[in-house]
Amino acid sequence: MELKPGSRWKSAVCTTEVVVVRPPKTAVTLECGGVAMVAQNDTVPAGATIAPEHKNGTLIGKRYTDSETMLEVLCAKAGEGSLSANRQPLAIKDAKRLPSSD
Amino acid sequence: MNVPLLLEMAAECLGDRPALGSRDAPVSYGELQHYAKNAAAQLKDIPAERIAYIGLNSSSVAVALFAAGMMGRAFAPLNYRLPDTDLGRLVARTVPSIAIIDDDMASRVPPIEGVTVLTRSQFDALAQKPVFDGSEDPVEEDGVAIVLFTSGTTGEPKAATLKHRHLVSYVISTIELGSAESDEAALVSVPPYHIAGISALLTGIYAGRRIVHLSAFSEKDWVDTVNSEGVTHAMVVPTMFQRILDEMERSKIGLPSLRHLSYGGGRMPLAVIERAMRLLPNVDFVNAYGLTETSSTIAVLVPEDHRKAFQSDDPAVKRRLGSVGKPLPHIELEVRDSEGEPVAAGVAGEIWVRGDQVSGEYIGRKALRGDGWFPTNDGGWLDEDGFLFIDGRLDDVIVRGGENISPGEIEDVLRAHPAVADVAVLGVPDQQWGERIVAAVVLKADTSEDALQQWTRRRLRSTKTPDSIFFRTALPYNDTGKVLRRVLQAEFGKSAAVAHTI
Repeated sequence: MELKPGSRWKSAVCTTEVVVVRPPKTAVTLECGGVAMVAQNDTVPAGATIAPEHKNGTLIGKRYTDSETMLEVLCAKAGEGSLSANRQPLAIKDAKRLPSSD
Repeated sequence: MNVPLLLEMAAECLGDRPALGSRDAPVSYGELQHYAKNAAAQLKDIPAERIAYIGLNSSSVAVALFAAGMMGRAFAPLNYRLPDTDLGRLVARTVPSIAIIDDDMASRVPPIEGVTVLTRSQFDALAQKPVFDGSEDPVEEDGVAIVLFTSGTTGEPKAATLKHRHLVSYVISTIELGSAESDEAALVSVPPYHIAGISALLTGIYAGRRIVHLSAFSEKDWVDTVNSEGVTHAMVVPTMFQRILDEMERSKIGLPSLRHLSYGGGRMPLAVIERAMRLLPNVDFVNAYGLTETSSTIAVLVPEDHRKAFQSDDPAVKRRLGSVGKPLPHIELEVRDSEGEPVAAGVAGEIWVRGDQVSGEYIGRKALRGDGWFPTNDGGWLDEDGFLFIDGRLDDVIVRGGENISPGEIEDVLRAHPAVADVAVLGVPDQQWGERIVAAVVLKADTSEDALQQWTRRRLRSTKTPDSIFFRTALPYNDTGKVLRRVLQAEFGKSAAVAHTI
């Protein structure tokens, strides 16, 4: 899967949708609920089920990162499954508290 | 990742919350998204690369901006204050385009081949028609979201382009989705063709803060609107700021709902921000420095640093009230000399930036370097702790007898004189010196050219003292608060044939 910046991906097992903010330095498989995510315009393969160890939920507006490959995604739609890269769970990025300037 | 995604996400988690307009009749996030989708569905088959917009700030501007993004067309808000011929020339530069024009401005733009004109009323009617069928066209990768014509100092204005990825990067790096309290409301009083108007709209929407537009600025309307709409956040340019403070003192009206006031777009006189902090002690102030080419803000002086500087006795800390604060965490910023080498703290040079939100591109040309660094053409310096001080546009630097003189430094000194209300310093051609220094001063009390020259000479070197001082009742400003030096230059260059020697 080519995780290009700006590309959109959806979960095969829940409602989660993400956008790639920073591409991975090396190729990885982006998963949600333990199952490889699908490109936004592709059809979801039938029969996939959510893995219980990747069911911690993904929150809209939060950014998730993989410390190894520096992959960063933004959650555009929330869902039950949690994100991982090659089965390594992604971490939630700390939101920088900046005062609005506009 | 495009601008409409910001609205999509905001609508997803804040659907019924008011997004735009007055407390009594707001447009919700869900409605804004529907209007934009309706308009996009009906306009996408018209051959156009850009959606030009000529009109005052309103919710229609927001609908048009998002509709443009949904159609994969660039949004090009134009300066409606330009004379008709200049405005017509800008419209012609957007071809092929759809031009949305305020009803009462429509007659100002003649028919131009390649431009499909819609009045604002016609556009609003389209947006209200629920025709959206749920299908979405794929959007061009790496497309241009906004075109802004920067006020050219010479020749035709440059068409600065900001891509979706620049604007989205700026918004998601500085704002957390839906982080605004449900009662927050932001007042936008800069025109739609000003980058700050665009970024205020995008950050406000992503944060979940209701946007109130002041279509034309007057200090009385600004104060009245802040109070009648319960405005909590506002952004102003320095010239507006002064007038607002005057209005508050004159009418003895406070701003009880206001929590946050940001300012930028020009030099903020120290006396004005100090006065504001005294008059509004409960308000958080933010000084934001940025350019159209950098998707607005790249450095901020945060409220805490305003207060620290205001209350400090340490001169190095105190002077930070005149800085623009620190670069945003995700931006790289350097001050470089004319060879391109970074300079030490305290040394002045040109400000360069690099980051995902930095565009540095125009239609037909590119100022962004191959390695991603962008020369801002602004002069400044960093202090020991990384606070950035702006000297001014490098183009405004006066070269007198081989010495580079920054007008800002002299203006700050003259402004500190009790009789001076406003001042602009510029260079005019001079046979002997190459350029000599001229100051245009607006007085609030009586004084003389000689007294002001002595005042300056005592504080700066004699070579930085204005050779001549002209008194004016007002200085020429454009409507985004920038003093029009070239207008003064044209005036003084012609008349000052005799060099005053000191």
